[in-house]
Amino acid sequence: MNGVHDMGGMHGMGPVKYEKDEPVFHAAWEGRVYAMNRALRAWRKWTLDTDRHGIELLPPAEYLRMSYYERWAARMFEQVVQFGLVTKDELESGRPAPGTPKATPALTAAMSSRFLSRGIPSSDDPKIRPLFKVGQHVRARNIHPVGHTRLPRYARGKAGTIVRDHGVYSFPDTTAHFLGEKRQHVYSVRFAARELWGDSASPRDFIYIDMWDDYLERA
Amino acid sequence: MSTSRRGFLTAAIGAAAQGQLHAQEHEHEHQAVPSDLTLRVKSLESLLVEKGLVDPAALDALVDTFEHKVGPRNGARVVARAWIDAAYKKRLLANASEAIAELGYTSGQGEHMMVVENGPRIHNLVVCTLCSCYPWPVLGLPPVWYKSAPYRSRAVMDPRGVVREFGLELAEDVEVRVWDSTAELRYLVLPERPAGTENLNQDELAALITRDAMIGVRKVNGAGRGGKE
Repeated sequence: MNGVHDMGGMHGMGPVKYEKDEPVFHAAWEGRVYAMNRALRAWRKWTLDTDRHGIELLPPAEYLRMSYYERWAARMFEQVVQFGLVTKDELESGRPAPGTPKATPALTAAMSSRFLSRGIPSSDDPKIRPLFKVGQHVRARNIHPVGHTRLPRYARGKAGTIVRDHGVYSFPDTTAHFLGEKRQHVYSVRFAARELWGDSASPRDFIYIDMWDDYLERA
Repeated sequence: MSTSRRGFLTAAIGAAAQGQLHAQEHEHEHQAVPSDLTLRVKSLESLLVEKGLVDPAALDALVDTFEHKVGPRNGARVVARAWIDAAYKKRLLANASEAIAELGYTSGQGEHMMVVENGPRIHNLVVCTLCSCYPWPVLGLPPVWYKSAPYRSRAVMDPRGVVREFGLELAEDVEVRVWDSTAELRYLVLPERPAGTENLNQDELAALITRDAMIGVRKVNGAGRGGKE
């Protein structure tokens, strides 16, 4: 979706604000929100891509106002109800509905270190053929999906060169919406800054963007 | 009497309201976090625990991992090793995930790693314009500035201007490569080893290597203090 989260090339956001000796979490609630998100995803009711899309769906003005973990909290309040882990009444009262059976957590402390080391599956899959090859000149398609996508707006319609085939990954545009993994090759595509931003950019600047087969066409 | 009592109450309420307003203004200067958010998060956690949906000990373990165990010191050890061990560096640049796993760093959001090397003619910079993708196993969780609108909007359009704000002036003839982490690949910059560090051992080198240098917004300073930013 063409949301405010897709920030590459926007103006007016001001200088980078740097915090010296920054803590990992600025308050205890941030750490709890982070950890609850990870623990709830272990129920496999939604995917990492669904998670990312959940942040994109926040109203634009709210997205820009909120701190990072505030966005995570807002998403979690939506998700727990949307995916049926708690009811709206339970969320409001903070108490389980009478007679609710107690579940066994999908992620326990004993499992957490193993869980942390498990992640995105292998990118090797000889059965899935690449549609493009290293060295090929390609163009990012000029598409504007209304759902989740990882094709940034600033690259759409622009031409670049494939510099590496990263292997096979599931396709976020479908995975986020439970429409299948649609596994396909992902490439590192090198774009000249001048192709993206015009003649005011340095001729020695290059942007590398990771792109799925479905984002590309022959240039 | 009732009038004076009402007067007292009005004054007390007024003072309380003023105090609250002041507190809100003060809070806004730093970060506008609604005051009830802490309570809502607490309430959700106790609900999830009561329903058996999360294990509070698992939450503690996750927080502890990222506060104390995983962080830029891991990345610094990878870089220091690459600086002193040419064969390791070769493996690191060819297959980063495996070379990093050799040192025991294998947690999530770093399953598919790429290491990109800085040198006198090439400078690499890492960003995630769409969200906050970052190589957790080697750098921990990202700092606020990395996830912020100013960095995400400008790193791809004006990388030289962005690193200048960090005090790094890149010569015109240096090639700048910006890596936008749009997929599941995670990027770590292998900074240039500074001159005058020939006699340092791996641990001493690691102490010089900063998180910011491994994102690509600064260089490693051989003379200066390394470690925490």
